[in-house]
Amino acid sequence: MTNSLLTIITFVPLVGALLTLLPWGKWLKLDKAGEERLIKNGAIAISLLPLGLALMLWSGYDQALGGFQFEINVPWVKAINVNYHMGVDGLSLPLIFLTTFLTVLGLWYSARVIKTRVREFFFLFLLLEMGMTGVFVSLDLVLFYVFWEVGLVPMYFLIGIWGQAKDRPQYSAIKFFLYTLAGSVFMLLAIVAIYFTTGTFDIVEAAKLKPFADSILLSGLAFWAFFIAFAIKVPSWPFHTWLPDAHTAAPTAGSVLLAGVLLKLGAYGILRIVLPIFPEAFKRYALIVVALGVISIVYGALVSLAQWDLKRLIAYSSVSHMGYVLLGVGAAAYAIGTPKWVDASAMALNGAAMQMFTHGISTGALFFLVGVIYERAHLRDLKMFGGFSSKLPYYYGLFAVTAFTSLGLPGLAGFWSELFVFRGAFDIVPIWAVIGVLGIVLTAAYILWKIIQYTFLGQYDAHKIAHWTDVETGAELHEPKDLAFFEKVTLWPLVAFMIFLGIYPAPLLNLFNTVFVRLMSGFAGK
Amino acid sequence: MKLADLTYLLPELILLLTAALIFLLDLIWFKRPAVSERRTEWLPYVALAGLGGAALGLLPSLGKTASVATVLTADPYGVFFKALAIMGVALVVLLAAPYLRGRTPYRGEFYALLLIVALAICLAVGATNLVMIYLAMEFLSITSYVLTGYLRNDRKSGEAALKYFLYGATASAVMLYGMSLLYGATGTVDLAGIAAAFQGKAQGTLAWLSMPAIILLMAGFGFKASLVPFHQWAPDTYEGAPTPVTAFLSTASKATGFAILMRVLLTSLGQADIARQWISLLVAISVLTMTLGNLTALRQTHIKRLLAYSSIAQAGYILIGVAAVLAGPGRTFTGINGVLIYLLAYLFTNVGAFTVVTAVETATGKVDIRDYAGLVQRSPWLAALLLVFLLSLAGIPPTGGFIGKFFVFGAAVQNQMWVLVAIAAVNSVIAAFYYLNIVRYIFFTPAEEGADRIPVALPFRVAVGVTAAVTILLGLAPSPLIAWATQSAQALLVALR
Repeated sequence: MTNSLLTIITFVPLVGALLTLLPWGKWLKLDKAGEERLIKNGAIAISLLPLGLALMLWSGYDQALGGFQFEINVPWVKAINVNYHMGVDGLSLPLIFLTTFLTVLGLWYSARVIKTRVREFFFLFLLLEMGMTGVFVSLDLVLFYVFWEVGLVPMYFLIGIWGQAKDRPQYSAIKFFLYTLAGSVFMLLAIVAIYFTTGTFDIVEAAKLKPFADSILLSGLAFWAFFIAFAIKVPSWPFHTWLPDAHTAAPTAGSVLLAGVLLKLGAYGILRIVLPIFPEAFKRYALIVVALGVISIVYGALVSLAQWDLKRLIAYSSVSHMGYVLLGVGAAAYAIGTPKWVDASAMALNGAAMQMFTHGISTGALFFLVGVIYERAHLRDLKMFGGFSSKLPYYYGLFAVTAFTSLGLPGLAGFWSELFVFRGAFDIVPIWAVIGVLGIVLTAAYILWKIIQYTFLGQYDAHKIAHWTDVETGAELHEPKDLAFFEKVTLWPLVAFMIFLGIYPAPLLNLFNTVFVRLMSGFAGK
Repeated sequence: MKLADLTYLLPELILLLTAALIFLLDLIWFKRPAVSERRTEWLPYVALAGLGGAALGLLPSLGKTASVATVLTADPYGVFFKALAIMGVALVVLLAAPYLRGRTPYRGEFYALLLIVALAICLAVGATNLVMIYLAMEFLSITSYVLTGYLRNDRKSGEAALKYFLYGATASAVMLYGMSLLYGATGTVDLAGIAAAFQGKAQGTLAWLSMPAIILLMAGFGFKASLVPFHQWAPDTYEGAPTPVTAFLSTASKATGFAILMRVLLTSLGQADIARQWISLLVAISVLTMTLGNLTALRQTHIKRLLAYSSIAQAGYILIGVAAVLAGPGRTFTGINGVLIYLLAYLFTNVGAFTVVTAVETATGKVDIRDYAGLVQRSPWLAALLLVFLLSLAGIPPTGGFIGKFFVFGAAVQNQMWVLVAIAAVNSVIAAFYYLNIVRYIFFTPAEEGADRIPVALPFRVAVGVTAAVTILLGLAPSPLIAWATQSAQALLVALR
């Protein structure tokens, strides 16, 4: 049972997805609306299963023991030594939880919001969950690659089909697909090259064998092949241009998973594959990675500051926030081989991983919040907003907590990740860290000035937006109506997490710490 | 020739007899017009039975290597391609049955010709003698010309056949010249004999003739496999030919080109110094083929033309495997096995894609990519399965197309042909764009007002179901195919020195 747990958690969504395709309406004699209701509720019910299993994994994971647990390793393609190898450790556990958690919320929210092509939407959404979970549990490079690509296709459709026509969804969808594919084909070549040097596709084995350690050229090529594939997904400047388009065009729940989980796939790949397998090469190019991270932080924040479209603004803020992850990872890589930096580097990595999780929660929530206002006003133009605090106080409250998490206010989850990243990075790459801190100031600027001030403060002007929609009934109103029940249900769990982790981040940090202390001291002990 | 050799020729004999039977049935039993309509409906099933019989006829030759009638061989390599051809033609027969209805009253010969084409491939892939290779290829070509021009009231079909014929005739003449050079240099037309002659001779005698000979031979093989610069016939021919024939030309016929190319190059010209020369030639051709195919495909609006250029580009990827050939005991990436895996996966993928095209064309008569707008509403199954085929063509896992690319690119990585694989990788991203462009129409663009659901005839359903199932299955459980292909390729690699 424990061996097949990861298989179940990965493939339950696939079963669910296939179930949505069956002609339930014909079998149960339901009308179209009834069938759609069944599909929606069925999809939510099925998605609860992986979430429950993820919690089981978390509680069943033995932290004292550490390492990979719940492992399953059976041959898949024997001729070339590809194995069906899955396992979780302290890094992947929280991310699996994040995936299943955001999926449930996304499905719950979409069940109320998605009105067209319902069956396809829920099919694709569950398929996407399988792809994402699969990446986090895979310990075999080919398996990893397969899930990596499998997740690409449903997202492409989510953007293309349910995007708003004015956001050029078709263009954004293909751009998203091609950017990721361009990175991943080179990653595939590097994967095969690892196989020819080490005879294995196993991530754990390869990390022990350290392929290409003797060749500067080959290790450099392989490093960059992997790194660029992941940097596109993260996304790091200058590979980020797909992101604002894709995020803006995607339907709300799609943006949530895109920002909440898909971006983490890239960062996860760097932590799971690049850092352990190519430490030498990573150390050599660490400063470039640090620089990319810092540029992403500052550039992303500056561009956010210039946006007038709320969704686009948040999309660019993801570039900035994921820059912290790169900064932390790059700093840690630079510290490889320097014993006095072991603690600092583990701290930077803890911060980076923590940032992955909290950014998933906070940006996920932000995209839901944008969805909330968009469903009411049908636009996202900050110039048209203003004074919503008096009309939508509940919404304002939740938005404020989320926004403050995003800017790293102490007491909320975002604070810890930034603290740890900078605390670690200051020891190792002080100058870059100082430049990076600029990003925090800029973040505060766009959050407070652009979002809070333009949207919520000031006088409410009834002439700016004359038509409001009641999200529950679809009726037209003259005044905005505060959060509906289903929106509160979507947002509260996320907000609760921000507050809880802000006050008590230990459960998460301890998990990450077991992984990274072991990793970094492993490098130092060499 | 011993009588026992006939067991190795069972598939060929069965195909020949069934073809003759169909001709006769068509001529005698179905002659009266009043009954012919209903009775000709049975002919595809006779053809399928014949193909099934031919497949069973392969069983005695399984795992054996024997010379048959001095010009042919029965070896695992040949069996692989014979099986591939039989499967491909069987699928094409399924496609043809509903497609031809209403397009031409003369349907009987079509199935007979398809069986004869399968027969020609079986002979060609088993041939070990230049003259036999030439004859079998001509046999295949001439039958293909007839099939291409089969819709004689359709001017495009006629034009397609004429172009195909002109290019084909020229290419085979050039190839024949190359063969004569090889004969002049070595004094034999037997593949093994040529190898022995080159091996025995001191360097610098007549060995220099091998390179011009290879270049000339490539005209013939490249024509069949649609490699640049011998590809020009392909777009027009693919567009004009009856769609089931296009499906055949782009898969089984192309595979035959590769089969012969590999057999000739590896068996008779496999010495290290000669191989070095043709490997650089193949690398150049491969780069040209995939780049030109992909870049031209970007601009296509006609789905058959798009698939034609896509199939040219795919030939470029496949050729990487030949260029990256690497023999050695216990190797799993030999290049050649990648080619076999790729060709088989590509057969099911591409025939599947053409099945959808044929089904849409049969129901609506439309062949523009724009006409696929909203296909997902008009026929969800066709749309979903075409997506599977397009993803497989683009090499996205878990599909057969991914496994093929994995092995072919893997072989090149193993040989450290970095530039070649990098170009191939960039190319597969370009290709994803135009494959997804079709997907965009199918799923994102709404159907035209008043567009009805598309009825799909039963044979199409069977064909599309089988090809999609195999395409996905090859991606999920590729082990049997890998084992089969590796073992079949071994037959050629032992000849490589």
